[in-house]
Order: sequence, then C-alpha cells, then structure tokens
Amino acid sequence: MPDGAIAAKRSADEPEQQAGKRQAKHHQAGTNSTTGAIPSLDAWTGFVPGRWQNTVDVRDFIQRNVTSYEGDEGFLSGPSERTKAVWAKLQPYFQEEIRKGVLDVDAKTPSSLTSHAPGYIDRENEVIVGLQTDAPFRRAIMPYGGLRMVEAGVKAAGFEPDPAVHEVFTKYRKTHNDGVFDAYTPEIMACRRSHIITGLPDSYGRGRIIGDYRRVALYGTDKLLAAKRSERALLDAKWPTDDVIREREELAEQMRALTDLAVMAKTYGLDTEQPARTAREAVQWTYFGYLGAIKEANGAAMSIGRISSFLDIYIERDMKSGALDEAGAQELVDQLVQKLRIVRFLRTPEYDALFSGDPYWATECVGGMDLNGRPLVTRTSFRMLHTLTNLGPAPEPNMTVLWSRQLPDGFKRYCIRVSAETSSIQYENDDLMRPYWGDDYGIACCVSAMRIGNQMQFFGARVNLAKCLLYAINGGRDEVSGEQVGPATLPVTSETLDYADVTAKFDNMMEWLARTYVHAMNCIHYMHDKYYYERLEMALHDQQILRTMAFGIAGLSVVADSLSAIRHAEVRPVRRDDGLIVGYEINGDFPKYGNNDDRVDSIAADLVSSFMKKIRKHQTYRNAVHTQSVLTITSNVVYGKNTGDTPDGRKAGEPFAPGANPMHGRDSHGWLASCLSVAKLPYSDAQDGISYTVSVTPSLNRLDQGEKISQAVKVLDTYCGQGGFHMNLNVLNRDTLIDAMEHPDRYPQLTIRVSGYAVNFVRLTRDQQMDVISRTFHGQE
Amino acid sequence: MADEPWAHSRFDLQQAQSPDAPDAATFNDPRAEFGWIHSYETGSTLDGPGIRIVVFMSGCLLRCLYCHNPDTWHLKDGTKISFDRAKTALDAYAAPLRALNGGLTISGGEPLVQLHFTKRLFAAAKAMGLHTALDTSGFLGTRADDEYLSQVDLVLLDIKSWDPATYRRAVGQDIRPTIQFAERLASLGKPVWVRFVLVPGLTDDPANVEGIAHFVAPMRNVEWVEVLPFHQMGAFKWKAMHLHYELSDTPSPSPELVARVIGQFRETGCRVR
Repeated sequence: MPDGAIAAKRSADEPEQQAGKRQAKHHQAGTNSTTGAIPSLDAWTGFVPGRWQNTVDVRDFIQRNVTSYEGDEGFLSGPSERTKAVWAKLQPYFQEEIRKGVLDVDAKTPSSLTSHAPGYIDRENEVIVGLQTDAPFRRAIMPYGGLRMVEAGVKAAGFEPDPAVHEVFTKYRKTHNDGVFDAYTPEIMACRRSHIITGLPDSYGRGRIIGDYRRVALYGTDKLLAAKRSERALLDAKWPTDDVIREREELAEQMRALTDLAVMAKTYGLDTEQPARTAREAVQWTYFGYLGAIKEANGAAMSIGRISSFLDIYIERDMKSGALDEAGAQELVDQLVQKLRIVRFLRTPEYDALFSGDPYWATECVGGMDLNGRPLVTRTSFRMLHTLTNLGPAPEPNMTVLWSRQLPDGFKRYCIRVSAETSSIQYENDDLMRPYWGDDYGIACCVSAMRIGNQMQFFGARVNLAKCLLYAINGGRDEVSGEQVGPATLPVTSETLDYADVTAKFDNMMEWLARTYVHAMNCIHYMHDKYYYERLEMALHDQQILRTMAFGIAGLSVVADSLSAIRHAEVRPVRRDDGLIVGYEINGDFPKYGNNDDRVDSIAADLVSSFMKKIRKHQTYRNAVHTQSVLTITSNVVYGKNTGDTPDGRKAGEPFAPGANPMHGRDSHGWLASCLSVAKLPYSDAQDGISYTVSVTPSLNRLDQGEKISQAVKVLDTYCGQGGFHMNLNVLNRDTLIDAMEHPDRYPQLTIRVSGYAVNFVRLTRDQQMDVISRTFHGQE
Repeated sequence: MADEPWAHSRFDLQQAQSPDAPDAATFNDPRAEFGWIHSYETGSTLDGPGIRIVVFMSGCLLRCLYCHNPDTWHLKDGTKISFDRAKTALDAYAAPLRALNGGLTISGGEPLVQLHFTKRLFAAAKAMGLHTALDTSGFLGTRADDEYLSQVDLVLLDIKSWDPATYRRAVGQDIRPTIQFAERLASLGKPVWVRFVLVPGLTDDPANVEGIAHFVAPMRNVEWVEVLPFHQMGAFKWKAMHLHYELSDTPSPSPELVARVIGQFRETGCRVR
C-alpha cells in the first residue's frame, strides 16, 4: 500500500507525477476515483510501494517487487502459433541476407524517432510491434555521425546516396565526423593511419550507452518529462558556465526526445505517455524505449540493459490475476526477442572487417545476485534464455549471464544446458562486478559494466600494444611502412634484444601512446556530444551521472610472450638495409602466457596495470573516470594483418589472440591452465572488462549429461572464484564449422561466441572463419 | 633384483644396455631431486574423480600395440626438471583443483619407473589437500611399497588382457605382476578403477573379457571398471616417430561391441561404465 509520502502536497515541479500517485492511492484504497479513469490509475496496482513512486528509481521498484525463482526449467513453454507465424515471415529475409548482405536501405530519410511511418512484419500476429523503419530489414541512414560512412555504406549495399541528404550534410549541417577531424592533430592522424590506434568512434556512433528503457514502462513519458523538468529547474539556478549551458541544452534535447518517443508510439496506436498497465504493455513500452534509441543512434553497441527480471514483475502480476498464462508470458518474451534479432544498421565494409557479422550488441543481462544476497533470477530470466530454444540459436540479443557462485543451482544448470545446445551465452562474474557497480548494472557491448540509468561511457576502441612494442624497438618508426609515427627515440642497436633495454624503451613508448590516445578520445567525445548527442538514451538517465572513458588494449598476449621471449630466450633482431627491424630469430624456449606460469603471466598482468596508470595521467573530457578493457571483438584478425613480425615468433600478418586469450597453440597445458592465466589479469585496472573465449568439443566420454553439467557449473564457479571476469563459452564441433564454411546455406543459425559477442558463423569473413577454427579447439590435431 | 619381473628382459637395469632402459640412477635414486616429465595437462575429467591435473612421466617398460603416448616410452623423451619446480607448478593449481573436487593424477609412461620422484610428488599433493591417483599398468607394482601407496587415494589399474598370450602380444610383457598387484591392492582395500582398453581383434575375445571380469568382480575395493574404446588419436605420434604401428587399420570398436563388453562385466557383477 502507498505510504504517507504519497499523500504529501504536490510539488510545483512535479504536477503530473504527483497526480498519478494520488490516483494510484485512491484506486488501491478501493475508492472510485472521481478525477476520471486515467491509465496510471491501474498501472501500479498490486505493486509494493516505495521510494520508486516518488523519484525515478527502477532499482527500488525491482527490490520491492521482484520474485526470485529457485526452481528449474520445467515450467517453460514452447513458441505460440503467433510467434511461429511472425518467425516464418522473417525466415526469407534471414536467408537472403546470408547471400546478399544488406537487403534494403532508405537512403533518403535521415532517421529519427518520428522519421518513418510505422512498420510491421505480420501485423495480426505481432504481439509486440515497432521497427526501425517502415519495413523489416530496411536500413536507415544516420548521417549525424558522419556522412562519409553513410554514403560508403549505401554504395556498398548497391544503392545510390541521396543528393539532397548530401547537400544538407555538406552545406548546412556539420557532422560528428567533421568535428572530430577539425580537432585532431597530425600525430593522431598518423596513429590512425598506421593502425596503432584503431576503431575509434570518430566517424560512426559511439554506442555503449544503455538507456534505462524500463523507465518508459514503469513511469510513462509524462512522468519522466516531469522529472526532467525538475532537473532543469536545478540547472536554471546555476551560474551558466560552459558545463551548465551544455547540460541545459542537453536536457532540452532529452525532453524533446521523450515527447517524440510518445509521438512515435502513437503512430502504432499506443500511449506511452502513461505507464504500462499490463505485462504486454511493459514489454512494449520497454521495447519502444529501445527502438527509439536505435532509430537515432547507430552506436557500435546498443545494449538493452537488464530487463528480464524487471518485466517479470509485470508478468507475475498478470499471471496472478489470471490475465496471462505461461504460454502468453513466453510469447511476449519471444516476440520481443524477435524484434531484437532484426535490428539492422547501415555500416561499411571496413567496419565489418573490424566487427564482423553485423553485430549491434543488444546485450541483455540475466541473473546476478542483489546486495542482500537474494538471486535476481526470475522465471523471466529462464524465459529469456528459452528464446534460444524456441527461436533457435542466434547472436542477438547478446545473452549475458551474470554469474555468481550463489546463483540457484537450477538456473546455473539451465544456463549450461542452453550453452551446450546453442553456444549463444556469455558469462560474466557478478561477484567481481557487484562491489563496483551494485546490483542493477548492465553490460554495454561485451564486457563493459555500468549502473543502468546513472552511468555512461565514452567508448574508445583500442590501441595495438604489440605495434607499440615494435615502435619502441624501432625508435618510433612503423615496422610496416617505415614511417616515423611515434616520437623519434633511440632504436634498439644491440645484436640481441636486452630485456631491461627493451622494457625501458617500451615504457616510454607506452607513455606517448597513452597520451595520444586520451587526446584523441577527448576530441571524439567532445564532438560526439556536440553533433551526435544521444538524446533519448540520455533522457533515460539521471541528470547527474558517472561518466567513464573506456580505453582498450589489443595484443596483450603477443606482448607478454614477446617480453618473456626477450627475457628467457635469446631474441636476435633482423634488420632491413635501412636499419628497420622487421624480423626476429629466437633461440631457446620461453614461458608463454596461458600456461598458469607466473613468470609470464605476471608480465601480462603488469602490462594491464602499467598502461592503465599511464592512461590515468591525462585529464579526460567531462572528467570521465578512466577505465580499460582487454577486448578485441573480431578485430584481432585485422590487428594482426597490420602488424609486422613480433619477438614472440609471431609472423607479420598473423592474427592476434582475441581479447585476453593466450596465443593460439601456445597454451599447451589444457583449458584450466589457460583460464587461470587469464584470471590473473587485474579487474581493478581493467574495469571495462577482460574478454576470454573458450571453445570445447562435446566429448564422447563416460559422464552422463547431468554429471557434465555439474562439472561445467563447478568450472564456472571456480573460474569466477579465482577472479576470472568473463567467459565466452562455445560447445562446438570442429567438423560442423568446416562444413558450415563449405555450405553456409545449411547453417543459417549456427552461432558462435567470439571475444565478447556472438556471431552467425556463416556471416564471418573467410579469414575470420579460419581464425576461429584454428584458434578455438583445444588439444585437437 | 633377479627375481623381479623385469630381470633378464631387454629392460633389465643391471645390464643397462638396452636403449630403452631407464637410467639406473633415476630408477633408484631415493632423493629424487630431479625427474623426467613428458608433459602435464589440466582439465581432465576422465582420469579420476573431479577435474584433474594429469602429469605424464616419461619411461615405460611396456610396449602396448595401441599405446597412444609412444613419445613417453623413453625416460629421456621427457624434460628433466627439479622436484621443486614440479611442486611449484602443481601448487599453482592447488586451490582451483580443490574447488573442482579434483586432484593430481600421475600417468605416463609408467609412473612407477620414477618411483621416488612420483612418491614425493604424491606426498606434496596430499600436503596441498589434493586427491591423488596413480595411473599404472601394475607391471612394476612390487616397487610401490605400502608407504608409497599410502600417498595414493586411487589406483587407475590398466588390466590390458586376461589371457597371458594375448597380454604378451598386446604389451610385450608378462601379465603376472599386474595380477599380483591387483590382489595386493584388494587386500589393502585401496580404491581402484580397473581400466580395460577394448581393441577389436586384439582384446575383444569374450573369454578374455570374461577372465578379467571374474577376477575383478569379487574385489570390494574396485569402484569402477572402465571400458575404454580403442581410438586412432595416438596414431600420428607413431608415424611422427617412424615406429611401426601394427594397428593402423584397426577400427574403433562398434557401439554394439562396446555394449557387449560392458554387458559382460555387468553380468559378472562389476560396476562398469
């Protein structure tokens, strides 16, 4: 029942919100409201009241209302007829996409919340509605990030760029991309060109921002607007420094976005101004929040957050009242997931080479414990994972299980079972993250944790640490082009590489790289905020938020092994005529990262900490907190292509290991050794995540299914207990993958996890397919 | 020494002339400061309970036709490492292995060739709170005294055949030491998993299987009989080492054959898988 606070006087700042609450009280007290039956009257009936009613606080709502579920998957239900009908309609698109790539582009209409007429797949069977444009698989253009990317994407898809759009975005409207290049220095440009800093979001949407889409369902946009108005009142009272003016402008944009969101919903005949009254509305409103975000932001990663257990509260309420049964509940989740599987952005071939398989990281987090030690596992956590069975495996949404040793056994076992059947789940260590981010965080992209609704990050791709080592050895010259990219320092002149000499030079070169990197990031995010502000995503945040700036490193295992080789074996540089070192001869053996051997694992761990320290020295845009990831996505292949021979014996052009994985074939003591090496990397200095991918083959051994699941559960518990952060778990058969390369048509849904996300295997480039096959199988000849 | 089963064989240590012979110092050095280790592997779920680290010692006196580790036959196929180094490496796994209800399995090669080294390693593992398992053919069983066995929680005993002629053909040695070792383990009540490699055309004769089953069935200490179907995964090693591999055309046993053999063990009263 509502507490006394609700009857308190209306605040002048929040008229709508207070009105809604008063009516909620009347309703719950059983009196007929005389003020007219506005929808919010029913919206909160049956929920345990609390602070969430007075302020925007979804976590509080969850805390008071969530029902943990500790049983097994026995209750789950198959797909409904309507779900199957919608799914059948989508199949031809999926199949054609494998052959053709991009199917359709609306090249004329820059996308916004209200730019396109409503779109449907199969109107009478869609329980949840809403598409990015007016038709499925028709991709929108979002030129605010950069016109060049848009036009390149349009052309690559076989369409013509629109002259009117071209004119507007060259003559009248500047883009984020233009802005960044106005601010870049020649040094940054050289770093981009030589691929020592790669994938920077300077010509596309930065993404990695999670709007709290649940707010749309819980409060409706009217109440959210009211809350924004009171935030604005506080800002109006502040002296207009640069920061305050920017914040006021941003708030104004946010409020416009909330208004537009309701307009968008109205085109589908739905009223999101009011809170969701039913489970179906809660799913729909939440999805509309997300849909609004992906209509305006072509972010690299567009996570949906942590919605399952939130939605479960609505589903439980409707099931209690008899308005919904299990089949209906599963139908809602299945149909939401269908929508999340057909999100499409227009991107360029270069972008695809970095982040292959057309990912968008609609990451959804399930599981985790709360701060009181209660599992946040609900029946809808199961329903969400069950979509992988009902609809078949798929890379999106990026299913992320927040793993804790305390999770109920039934849920742990179900996760493993689904992993074994679909290879579509990643696991992240909730016990490690909860002390940092509380119990209502989500994962942006692959491994980046953030408190939902009051934290965002400035995404920063990554630097190539292996190349940095080569620069140190070559006095700042690029080992591929010979160009002087880094500062001109003294190159290595000795006949064999000396550990003390190389590490001192490397340390200096990392200082330079860190400084240049932070510099570039500040330029990027200043301009992104200015020209391509994510107004709706930020409208679904508090005004006062924590910003992180997420840096990243690639090539960790290459560098660790290289330094180990220099220290423990004899490494002789091979010089070109002009003195540039382009190769290495190694005599003797050396410890290699991935074998639980501290002699080299400590080098890897120290590298993470040492680069983080250097990053932290430089002030960030908007005083964002520096973080770092060890994550490559599929770009490990491209990084390798652009990097010369390295002192660990890796040849020019050979792929790096993905994320924090050991180099392929060097982890010779089995998966446990490999896991333990990775688990040594310090999360405190890699708070943006440490990615680790493991593939196992279903073995024909004597253990029965139950025992195998028990063991896998133990393995994850132990890995997490040892400090492991992330595990991308594939249960795969090598022959299947090889067959899929030859006959992609037969495997439209074959999903594998690679460095933090999942992809359709058949949509990877051939290089990447080969890399996956050669890299991921332990102990097979 | 003359009464020991290996006396007068081509592996006789006293003669020390065989190229295959382990070096006598290692064979008998009670200080065991160094050992020869072929490799180790973590994550095994098949070599004892839980998830385990398996250390493969080099040196073996048997020459099984179906051996999948022919690269461990000679002592010096392995790497000579100090006991301290081995112990440090093991220690790096102790906590997770305990959490995984696993432990240390020493295999090979034949662990009892380097008797003193493996004994020290087992003792170290016990001190770390790890479960210990000895994977052996039993051929050198007399070398493992009761004190040695007190460091071992489980013996994975390969009984490669029952028929003496078949045994000799399959492994090149006499079966008696293995039989005697099995009986001794039974009298000590030491937990044992008996392993039987099922090779079509070599060890699959019903009478051969029957013999092992009847021998093992009454032993209360035998927790499991494990039927291991022959596979060709070791073949590439034979080829790489330019060894003559007699079983290159031998298929893996059919599911029916495996079922028959498992059925034979079960009907005799063995707990089999």
